[in-house]
Amino acid sequence: MSDRVDPPMAMLAELTHRCPLACPYCSNPTELTGKERELSTEAWADVFRQAAALGVLQLHLSGGEPASRRDLVELVAAAREAGLYTNLITSGIGLTERRLKELDEAGLDHVQLSLQGVTAAMADRIGGYKGGFDRKMHVARVIADIGFPLTLNAVMHRANLDDLQATISMAQHLGARRIEIACVQFQGWALINRAQLQPSRAQVDVAKAAVAKAVEELRGALVIDFVPPDYYSDFPKACMNGWGSTGLNVSPDGTVLPCHAAETIPQLSFENVQDLPLSEIWYNSPAFNAYRGTDWLPELCQTCDRRDIDFGGCRCQAMAVLGNAAAPDPVCRKSEGRAVLDALLEQDVHEIAAPEYVYRR
Amino acid sequence: MMQREDVPFLPRGVRTCFDRVRETEVLLGPERVLMLDQVGVAVLGRLDGVACLSEISHALSQVYDAPLDVIEPDVMAFVQDLVEKGMVHVRPR
Repeated sequence: MSDRVDPPMAMLAELTHRCPLACPYCSNPTELTGKERELSTEAWADVFRQAAALGVLQLHLSGGEPASRRDLVELVAAAREAGLYTNLITSGIGLTERRLKELDEAGLDHVQLSLQGVTAAMADRIGGYKGGFDRKMHVARVIADIGFPLTLNAVMHRANLDDLQATISMAQHLGARRIEIACVQFQGWALINRAQLQPSRAQVDVAKAAVAKAVEELRGALVIDFVPPDYYSDFPKACMNGWGSTGLNVSPDGTVLPCHAAETIPQLSFENVQDLPLSEIWYNSPAFNAYRGTDWLPELCQTCDRRDIDFGGCRCQAMAVLGNAAAPDPVCRKSEGRAVLDALLEQDVHEIAAPEYVYRR
Repeated sequence: MMQREDVPFLPRGVRTCFDRVRETEVLLGPERVLMLDQVGVAVLGRLDGVACLSEISHALSQVYDAPLDVIEPDVMAFVQDLVEKGMVHVRPR
């Protein structure tokens, strides 16, 4: 590998941890940042300008629910003024027709709308928010009327993976250009509900075949991106496309993270944009350099032909499952850690009656 | 299937811009960044929502003084790939 560190392409700005939904699979940390510690409008605008100067092209405004920020329109305007391609990742709750029109005028480029289920019964049960589905459908219609390009982000798990066909149909019905079929990744709060969320192997096999078929049939009409449930994969995902290689996250209080679950790794400490310039943090902070590139990788990965494909996988998953962030991702079939992951999976799918969800409130 | 008479265009939410840090033209769209080479810049620069694929190929063949039967397959493949990525839309003339 080369020693040169490339500038980042994408930044996820977690504007707030506040969220009206209570999804059991929330991947945000179990300890949330309160409103009083959130960055101000001007502080975010400065982060956006710094990010653009550093080389960031795409900005994802996320949360929590970014619409919970009263200054969302100003933040979008600031991001566009900085020259960033601006994407809003939202549940739709808190977006009125008037606010969406203001976001349009502010230059918002793209909306990614989350989907908890294809029926009100399912969606409201998962989101823990009665009436949420109807409001989301209304928001989706306004998005279509305005003409924002739309991605539907469907989070799939045991309870709704069998609704895959209907989920894809809904994306078409709502006029989405793109759908992300994202099987739950077990980080943050989602780990608490792993047993209830874990799909069965039979469900996963059916889903994979259905996705492959839909990709062919809808080529040119709907872009389908599939994030498989990685406990069922043989090799790990290239998490963040490699630590500190492509993207960075800024949490609500300005903490800069190599990925949004990175704070689960206890030996790392993270800098804050209120203390240091973003470029200094990207290029020189110990946390970004900890797992950057491939030199740090264990022997198993160093000698593997997938070294430059998955970079050893997800650090936070190695931490969560093995208690060692520097180990190969336990999804890898070649790794010793796989036995631990298989034991968890066995336990998950043999749970006779899955306990109730622990909602995030 | 895309026809030579189809008119390609950049849909809302897709735009080119010059990346000052990397000093290259890029195409930005939903969840995607594509670094453009000279050919990409030349083709996308001619997507005006009026010219069809055949006309774009003809124009480029003249500008670069290259045979149409060399240029046209490249143009069609380039646009087809972007259509599948959702970065270019086409409408029948």
